[in-house]
Amino acid sequence: MPTTASSAHVLSDVAASDSTLRRFLHGLPGVDAVGLEARAASLGTRSIKTTAKAYAIDLAISMVDLTTLEGADTPGKVRALGAKAVHPDPTDRTTPTTAAVCVYPDMVAVAKEAVAGSGVKVASVATAFPAGRAALDVKLADVREAVAAGADEIDMVIDRGAFLAGRYLKVYDEIVAVKEACGTSARLKVIFETGELSTYDNIRRASWLGMLAGADFIKTSTGKVAVNATPANTLLMLEAVRDFRAQTGVQVGVKPAGGIRTSKDAIKFLVLVNETAGADWLDNHWFRFGASSLLNDLLMQRQKLATGRYSGPDYVTVD
Amino acid sequence: MAFEYAPAPESRAIVDIAPSYGLFIDGEFVESSGGDLNKTVSPATEEVLAEYTQATVEDVDRAVKAARKAFEKWSALPGAERAKYLFRIARIIQERSRELAVLETLDNGKPIKETRDADLPLVAAHFFYYAGWADKLDHAGFGANPRPLGVAGQVIPWNFPLLMLAWKIAPALATGNTVVLKPAETTPLSALFFADICRQAGLPKGVVNIVTGDGRTGAALVAHPDVNKVAFTGSTAVGKEIARTVAGTAKKLTLELGGKGANIVFDDAPLDQAVEGIVNGIFFNQGQVCCAGSRLLVQESVQEELLDALKRRLSTLRLGDPLDKNTDIGAINSAEQLARITALAERGEAEGAERWSPACELPASGYWFAPTLFTNVTQAHTIAREEIFGPVLSVLTFRTPDEAVAKANNTQYGLSAGIWSEKGSRILAVANKLRAGVVWSNTFNKFDPTSPFGGYKESGFGREGGRHGLEAYLDV
Repeated sequence: MPTTASSAHVLSDVAASDSTLRRFLHGLPGVDAVGLEARAASLGTRSIKTTAKAYAIDLAISMVDLTTLEGADTPGKVRALGAKAVHPDPTDRTTPTTAAVCVYPDMVAVAKEAVAGSGVKVASVATAFPAGRAALDVKLADVREAVAAGADEIDMVIDRGAFLAGRYLKVYDEIVAVKEACGTSARLKVIFETGELSTYDNIRRASWLGMLAGADFIKTSTGKVAVNATPANTLLMLEAVRDFRAQTGVQVGVKPAGGIRTSKDAIKFLVLVNETAGADWLDNHWFRFGASSLLNDLLMQRQKLATGRYSGPDYVTVD
Repeated sequence: MAFEYAPAPESRAIVDIAPSYGLFIDGEFVESSGGDLNKTVSPATEEVLAEYTQATVEDVDRAVKAARKAFEKWSALPGAERAKYLFRIARIIQERSRELAVLETLDNGKPIKETRDADLPLVAAHFFYYAGWADKLDHAGFGANPRPLGVAGQVIPWNFPLLMLAWKIAPALATGNTVVLKPAETTPLSALFFADICRQAGLPKGVVNIVTGDGRTGAALVAHPDVNKVAFTGSTAVGKEIARTVAGTAKKLTLELGGKGANIVFDDAPLDQAVEGIVNGIFFNQGQVCCAGSRLLVQESVQEELLDALKRRLSTLRLGDPLDKNTDIGAINSAEQLARITALAERGEAEGAERWSPACELPASGYWFAPTLFTNVTQAHTIAREEIFGPVLSVLTFRTPDEAVAKANNTQYGLSAGIWSEKGSRILAVANKLRAGVVWSNTFNKFDPTSPFGGYKESGFGREGGRHGLEAYLDV
């Protein structure tokens, strides 16, 4: 299965003009909201116990993009986060590392140093995150700074204003430009801010738009608005990456972000992955959780499975 | 390493099944006048769950007499008083729902996921709904003070044992009738547990009587001269037999019989949700649903895409232990039903349709049938015309909306249909032309006590559910 080629020529004509792109995106099958949410809820009733739970918890830990995106972030805070990502549970060295730490561009160098040699990646939000309201030059400069500082992954935001105004080619061109700025060293995650796109039809269209433009990952949200990742919007995006690979041969990752706080929730998302996109996505190269407080709940559940009793918040580290 | 779900069985400990059951007549469990004991087995394992009584003609007479005796007082109660009992029953069902779900799964073979999330919530909802009508019958559109019919003889099938009991008993009691109900011979247990709930609710003696047994018991009940109303859900063949028995008497009759529902997918459908709707339409309860969407009519222009997606989805279905919370497909209810499904599927193959099933291991004991898809099916194939009542989907194609309607209606049945399209005007236009009692759009197998349910043509007559469902039990 080819997975690295830039978006396949099968669909190369789609972005030839604003009107071809629009025709393509509006020609995608519609989404019935009731049916989509019912399917997500039904998969949410899967009962994941014992060995399956142990597998899922370790997998979920390995998929966390441990995130701090605050105005108050300092090098000290970022170093603590890095240490946590490398050794999530200091009492149990068999605990997997997280996939990445996710920070603002000016913290990339600090983060890079904190996780050096561990295999943990450094992801940086960029492109005037979270609103994305800046000139393209400014956004690209933001990206280049992060990449130059050593970011392995760039989490960009799309221009929701342009998307909602129907200017799909502008959104597309911007993603293409950011992808180029990422060069060959950084993987690109494209954030749609699904809570602002509002309809499932829009989320499906944005998913295809992002993948056509070369996204390595499609990501639900910034975590900065009222509605972030939900089982339904993530299910929909998993259907999109599944269909995109079937059509083009290119595999794209999915990252739900914001609002996933408990192990129970995380496991529900892994069930969605397993039964929608399939086992090929059950790997942190293809699926991530954008989260911060989730990790400690996963660690407490992991300790519970190992010891048979619940510990408590003082038995996991506060960062 | 793959994500393998570990076994997650629901505990059986919550259910206490007695080794043997008598009949529930006049508020008591009683011995038969001489009927044999039959065995009821778990279809998933063939384990004998309990013995129950084959009610004789004399037993049925005793039950009808008890119901007749109770009718006078019960029908004279103010509606609000009858409602109290129904509300009480509904609440007890909710309180005991896990026990009843496990019991139903054991006796019927359907997955615990369905009994827990569909059957039991709907059972309670049905009692709550008709409890609400009991004191409002003056305003139901049948004139002032509509009168009940008397004693209702009710015969129900094995596919939704407790839910079909609720559909029968709740409106009958709300309107002031008393009942004698016969559950199916392969699934008598939940009705016997319901008898216990009636006692727990303090329901007056004789208002609800449960007689168990096979078709002979049902025939005796239907033919009893002091029964005023016969309600039957089951096969069309038995329904015709009952109609003949009742013909020429003063008995009022409603029949809810077979179906061969068409699920119509247009090229502008929300395809991912249509796939879910198709799966839900034909694999819910192993396809043992009278309103199953057993014929998929797909527009030729999306046939390939839809079938690929459907096959991919079927490969994720989990078949196995019905008590496992992750099981999607349970056991077929009986050896007899399994033989019928097997024979019809073989007929489909023999007539040239193309058979497909996902890779799927069937348990060694019990009654099992893999989810099955037939393509290249035409209206002339037996599997497109006869009700299979199993997890077997026949796929047909169409080119235009008119052709879809013509094919959907070209059946002796008329119980259900589904339409999948993102275009509202098309949905309304097609729905108006379909000769089916229920038409779902962009969903399938959705039930609600407020909605009437029933058939056209050989799917029967009369409506259950909603305000319409009251009419079957009122002298109007």
